[in-house]
Amino acid sequence: MFENLTERLNKVFAGLTRRGKLSAEDVDVAMREVRIALLEADVHYSVVKSFVANVKERAVGVEVSEALNPGQQVIKIVHEELIKTLGPSERLNLTGEKPRVVMFVGLQGSGKTTQTAKVAKFLRGQGERILLVAADPYRPAAVKQLQTLGQRIDVEVFYQEGIAPPELCKRAFVYAQKGGFSVMMIDTAGRSQLDQALMDELGAIQKIVHPVEILLVVDSMIGQEALHVAEGFRDTVKITGLILSKMDGDSRGGAAISIRSVTGVPIKFLGTGEGIDALESYDPSRLSSRILGMGDIIGLIERA
Amino acid sequence: MADIFSKWIKGLDKTRKVTFSRLTSVFGTNEIDDYLWDDLEEILIQADLGIDTSADILKSLKRTAADQGLFKANDLVKFLKIELMNRLKDVPDPFQDAKDAKPFVILMVGVNGSGKTTTTAKLAKIYQQSGKKVMIAAGDTFRAAAIDQLQVWGDRLNIPVIAGKEGGDSAAVAYDAVQAAIARGSDILIIDTAGRLQSRFNLMEELKKVHRVIGKALDGAPHATWIVLDATTGQNALSQAKSFKESVKVNGAILAKLDTSAKGGMAFAIARELDLPIIYAGLGEKPEDLERFNRESFVEGIIGD
Ligand SMILES: Nc1nc2c(ncn2[C@@H]2O[C@H](COP(=O)(O)OP(=O)(O)OP(=O)(O)O)[C@@H](O)[C@H]2O)c(=O)[nH]1
Ligand SMILES: Nc1nc2c(ncn2[C@@H]2O[C@H](COP(=O)(O)OP(=O)(O)OP(=O)(O)O)[C@@H](O)[C@H]2O)c(=O)[nH]1
Ligand SMILES: [Mg+2]
Ligand SMILES: [Mg+2]
Repeated sequence: MFENLTERLNKVFAGLTRRGKLSAEDVDVAMREVRIALLEADVHYSVVKSFVANVKERAVGVEVSEALNPGQQVIKIVHEELIKTLGPSERLNLTGEKPRVVMFVGLQGSGKTTQTAKVAKFLRGQGERILLVAADPYRPAAVKQLQTLGQRIDVEVFYQEGIAPPELCKRAFVYAQKGGFSVMMIDTAGRSQLDQALMDELGAIQKIVHPVEILLVVDSMIGQEALHVAEGFRDTVKITGLILSKMDGDSRGGAAISIRSVTGVPIKFLGTGEGIDALESYDPSRLSSRILGMGDIIGLIERA
Repeated sequence: MADIFSKWIKGLDKTRKVTFSRLTSVFGTNEIDDYLWDDLEEILIQADLGIDTSADILKSLKRTAADQGLFKANDLVKFLKIELMNRLKDVPDPFQDAKDAKPFVILMVGVNGSGKTTTTAKLAKIYQQSGKKVMIAAGDTFRAAAIDQLQVWGDRLNIPVIAGKEGGDSAAVAYDAVQAAIARGSDILIIDTAGRLQSRFNLMEELKKVHRVIGKALDGAPHATWIVLDATTGQNALSQAKSFKESVKVNGAILAKLDTSAKGGMAFAIARELDLPIIYAGLGEKPEDLERFNRESFVEGIIGD
């Protein structure tokens, strides 16, 4: 479905010799292709617009080097700018008094419960004592799902039936304090940013247990809606990081750029499978080439 | 008509308000010019129609504008609606005219978390309410508590659930379920399966086996294989529909989560490239939040009135 951006740019620049400066016209034509590549990768329309304008400014007048042809030169600039936008990978910020609270939020089915368990296993491996909190009393068997995963990784799961999530989290916090847990991780129910009552519930939980990390879990296959989702959650709670899930598929994951531009918070993990170990830290360069749809050429360009 | 689709319209209300105001500002009193075409492209792309489909629609709309001699932006709205509507089909639920298939077997497939299990329960409720004897099967033996999730739905709706053990063979559950549905004289059997990304070769092979085994248990089954698509999905939806169609002959789609503000615009590319009708639309998490797909409501959701 995706014609390689390199090929497209090479076609665009077919008439251009290797030397000289990139003219405004050259760059204009190239940016049309870049724009298409980004939109096909699900980067939000408005983000693409400002991104392309930025890159255009940088690219005009650039000297075409010996090593790269004009197409590659443009890709190099786009790639660098994307990396800048995506930002470096960051670790969880687990500081302050114990128990430190980490909360997972996001749309329905985005992968919250699964990533909660994955991150719990990861942190346990670093010597943390973890308490999982099953704060999704709505979806059928959501609690059982977390309990099953908790059992698999040998981590305790806190749950009390018939208690609303904010109160449940309050009790869990007290329990974690007394029990000497170092990290308390809350799995919340999936919700749309349009659902005011459920969004308020997140705000209430935040107010009660003051999470050090509120991680927005986003399905990497999400389309243009990503921007509004990010805005909605950011407006309700203090999002501190992103997890992009289902990166083991063939989606481009351009939503990462949209969300980054809106929230400015770092990407903290990638979910790369259904298994409990399928959690990776991300590499901006690799994600950038994936978004642009060109795994192979990037190495070459980075070395040039 | 307003009655039948009232829930849909209510579900899309908040989205419609946003789109509507944007559309008013786009069309308003403007003349048709390049800015208008750009704005229109923006609306379509932001609804996840994708570049190709959006370009296609604009091209055809430009032709109409020229042919009809339109110059007011407002006059375009009607034609835009028609343009969008014509790209989709309203098809009947195939169960309605499958008189001889008993039990009528529906296989539910799709990527992780798209809404398969919830939709299985919703469909079961719809058929049950129309007086049919319904059975559902927990073909997801893989995901933690997936069986419990369907079991809870079965209990709530008072619909029998056929299930195996977590970690068991999904094809065996499907086979048993068909046999049980035959034995108990069910009119319809809906089989849920585990979510899987279309790029995972082994998991797709496993799904093919489930499909095959159902055919062995009952000639001609599954009578329908439906892919559940998450309406928030962007360009990847086409690749999903394509792969699942190739692997297990998907012949219908269900667009879940249309209430979450996503527009589900990929449906147009799927209709165009794969000729796959959308049969139902998911509009919430409750069992009654499923409606027959209606292209008019859908198009309204994308462009407003
Ligand atoms: N392939 C793949 N599947 C994933 C990944 N993360 C989660 N999943 C699957 O996606 C589906 C949904 O994951 P959940 O963790 O239940 O999602 P959730 O956000 O908790 O869902 P709700 O609580 O219903 O809102 C399940 O089938 C998971 O196994 C991932 O990184 N890769
Ligand atoms: N808002 C909304 N949520 C939905 C809809 N359909 C399903 N959901 C929610 O989406 C989440 C995932 O739904 P499931 O039915 O578990 O999805 P699935 O495809 O069976 O997931 P896996 O089996 O893990 O692959 C749950 O939280 C559902 O409540 C819908 O139409 N609207
Ligand atoms: Mg969950
Ligand atoms: Mg399921």
